[in-house]
Amino acid sequence: MATIKINGKNQTFEGLDPAMPLLWALRDHVGIQGVKYGCGVGQCGACTVWLDGFATRSCQLTVGALDGRSITTIEGLARENLHPVQQAWIDNDVAQCGYCQAGQIMSAAALLERNPSPTDDEIDAAMAGNICRCGTYVRIKSAIKAASGAMTASALFYDATQSEEATV
Amino acid sequence: MSTSVDRNTNEGRRNFLKASLGLALTSSGGISIMSAVAAEASGTLNAYVEIDADGKVTIFAPNPEVGQGVNTSLPMIVAEELDANWDDVVCKAAPVAPNYGAQFAGGSLSTPMRWDELRKVGATAREMLCQAAAKQWKVERSELTTSKSMVMHGGSGRSASYKELVANAASIPVPKESSVTLKSASDYQLLGKRVVNASAADIVVGNPIFGIDATAPGMVYATYVKCPSIGGIAKSANLDAVKALPGVIDAFILEGTPGALDFGALRNMHAFAPGVAIVAKDTWSAFKARKSLTVEWDYSTASRDDSDALKAEALAILNSGAGEKDIERTGDVDAAFAQADLTGDAIYQMDFVSHAQLEPQGVVVEVKGDGVEVWSSSQTPVFITQNIANQLGIDVKNVTVHQIRGGGGFGRRLSNEPVFEAAAISQRIGKPVKLQWSREDDMAFDYYRSATNYRLQGAVTDGKLVGWKNLIAAGSRDDENPNYAAGYRPFDFPGKVIPNVAIEQTLFKSETPTGPWRAPISNVYAFAEQSFIAELAHQAGIDHKTFLLDAIGNQGWIKEGDIQSLNTARARAVIEAATKAAGWGRELPEGRGLGLGFFLSHAGHIAEVAEVSVEGNNVTVHDVWLAADVGQVVNLSGLENQLQGSVVDGVSAMAAQSITVKNGAVVESNYDSYPLLRMPQSPRVHVQTLDSGYRPSGAGEPALPPLAPAVCNAIFNACGKRIRSLPISNEGFTIV
Repeated sequence: MATIKINGKNQTFEGLDPAMPLLWALRDHVGIQGVKYGCGVGQCGACTVWLDGFATRSCQLTVGALDGRSITTIEGLARENLHPVQQAWIDNDVAQCGYCQAGQIMSAAALLERNPSPTDDEIDAAMAGNICRCGTYVRIKSAIKAASGAMTASALFYDATQSEEATV
Repeated sequence: MSTSVDRNTNEGRRNFLKASLGLALTSSGGISIMSAVAAEASGTLNAYVEIDADGKVTIFAPNPEVGQGVNTSLPMIVAEELDANWDDVVCKAAPVAPNYGAQFAGGSLSTPMRWDELRKVGATAREMLCQAAAKQWKVERSELTTSKSMVMHGGSGRSASYKELVANAASIPVPKESSVTLKSASDYQLLGKRVVNASAADIVVGNPIFGIDATAPGMVYATYVKCPSIGGIAKSANLDAVKALPGVIDAFILEGTPGALDFGALRNMHAFAPGVAIVAKDTWSAFKARKSLTVEWDYSTASRDDSDALKAEALAILNSGAGEKDIERTGDVDAAFAQADLTGDAIYQMDFVSHAQLEPQGVVVEVKGDGVEVWSSSQTPVFITQNIANQLGIDVKNVTVHQIRGGGGFGRRLSNEPVFEAAAISQRIGKPVKLQWSREDDMAFDYYRSATNYRLQGAVTDGKLVGWKNLIAAGSRDDENPNYAAGYRPFDFPGKVIPNVAIEQTLFKSETPTGPWRAPISNVYAFAEQSFIAELAHQAGIDHKTFLLDAIGNQGWIKEGDIQSLNTARARAVIEAATKAAGWGRELPEGRGLGLGFFLSHAGHIAEVAEVSVEGNNVTVHDVWLAADVGQVVNLSGLENQLQGSVVDGVSAMAAQSITVKNGAVVESNYDSYPLLRMPQSPRVHVQTLDSGYRPSGAGEPALPPLAPAVCNAIFNACGKRIRSLPISNEGFTIV
């Protein structure tokens, strides 16, 4: 059994294989489907979530190892308004098929939360783990720069003391 | 033409009219009333347009969305002629039904094939709204104008919104096609503008809009294991042991169809490969159980291909000289070569590549009694309905197919065997099934872009390209026809432009399944043709651009009135525009080079100039300048995105993508062994679109072919090394 805070809400996993990757636990058992299966081996970044605020591949995290940890998915990124990165993705019309974009946004938002004014090289380095097969890198970069202008370092991460409960 | 309208019998309950029409274009292009349907709270003006009481205008996109943007661009065409206020428009995928015609996404055809139809649909709906207003206000129809979902009467100053008029509009007869006028391009308010993807808001918050997100109540999860050597048979497996594993519901062998499947049979096919299905309570349990599965395969029907041996065999054919079959022959090729000032001769070889779209194949299928429901991201939903009915032995009327956004297409989703696998599994266990191919399945059982092998010879006299010979060594599964995209298609250039041309072909046995991969044949032919022309220019000591323009000539349309054919003015314009933007001819530092490529495919004339630097074996693609003439622009933002993406995809494919085959099995399995371009290696891309005033052509494919030759020509100009093999990692180069 593991209790994981997902988008600010405690989810208790019972009876699941502790070796189940978080990706599949979210998709098949929590109904959180913004995380996408692309490769299953940590190569593509389509399943990127935040683990305690750091962009991480959810296909490489096992449910059993996450007890007490905090996960943010694309569904939990917006608060009252869209996160500036999400808004920039719309304004710059980034997506083609859109399948990778939740992962791209989670990586970009994690970057800007810590480094609101990254250089081109810093953007490249932070985004190198996310593949876009449609080749929207040109616009992803523009969107990150646009969002950068709207960002200041902030504490977006979920408060670990929240205690809403849910069991799957 | 006849009209019938069902009146809802409960009219008194609400004040709006619930009558609506189903309207569609017949295959001959005429307009006919298909059905009459009572629709609660909505005015359905035709099969594509609904306007509800809040003024929301729902427009249905008939063709599948796989990232090419048709879920936005096709409704824009309707909205333009309807004069709908775009802010009020909701774009939705149309149901899969015969009245929507050819529902597929391929050949960059969605926009051109729907262009006339959807404009008429929008204009007809607008006409009905105007007639309703004219009747209501007792004024002449000709005195009415429309704008932003409103009908206006100038004389009286009266106006009404579409939502106020739709109920009456839906009850009037559909006007004759001849009474409906289409706008001229100069009056467009929406087309040609930059419009944000209609699904952007869903995408950025992770809404479950993709095929992989489909669910059905009571659904179970399946994986399907096929013989690694393509076409082999599952003889037996440790099914009892697998069934005993945690989370596993069932495991069984499906007979399937032995032997490598043929993409060419797609339209009338419900075949799928033999294999072992594992059904589980969730995806992970199925995937994990798979690791404990042991199958005894019968390899007697399996491919024995070895890609290295195939490449060597092809090379031997090319070196031998003459081909077995003439494909095309014009002029006097022998004389042209005999009298030439100079001739060139080069062999170009390209490896198999996989589609590697980011969303692996998957589908939800529910077989229930004598019916079936399918939730699929297929690029050919139009081919599912009849084929799955045949597979299951049910009436086609009991088949429901939902088309759902796909995470990338590129040709990968043109085949539907995941649907038929899932149908067989669902039928066997009596439950709705989500079948998920693993990434490894997707890469191992693709219809690959064919490996291709060309020997090119050119003759130059007085500085002009006067002779062109091309010997093609093409893989063939049946010893009679080239495998899909392994052969040649009669291109206007150089075939119809150079006076003396000979295209010859020799076949060799190759069983690895091949199929359409973004700009089929063009994507390999462009590389060889445009690189070789640069080789000849260099040999002749002539600037590449000058030599290319001379070769293209000035004859205008090669086939007058055929939008697919080469128009030398369009070709020259994009070459001039791209080279001008790139500063063609400017001085560059040591190790840097500019390279040019031009190609016409899918009616798109596109030129690209790449700037690269080469350090040792490391190549950096800094910038690509692209000029495109794809006719009337529908969604400028979507178009530019496709053009930029095609450049990135082109660099990605040429860098290091190669599928190798041993004993009929594909060696590469995931993005670690089959790399896709990442942001740090991605070039800056500068696009311009030229407004030639011609009909729109599709934009998903034509910008890819010119990229590889542009980059390889730039590499030659930077360091003097001529690359004649793709990917360039074959020649020791790495894109950094």
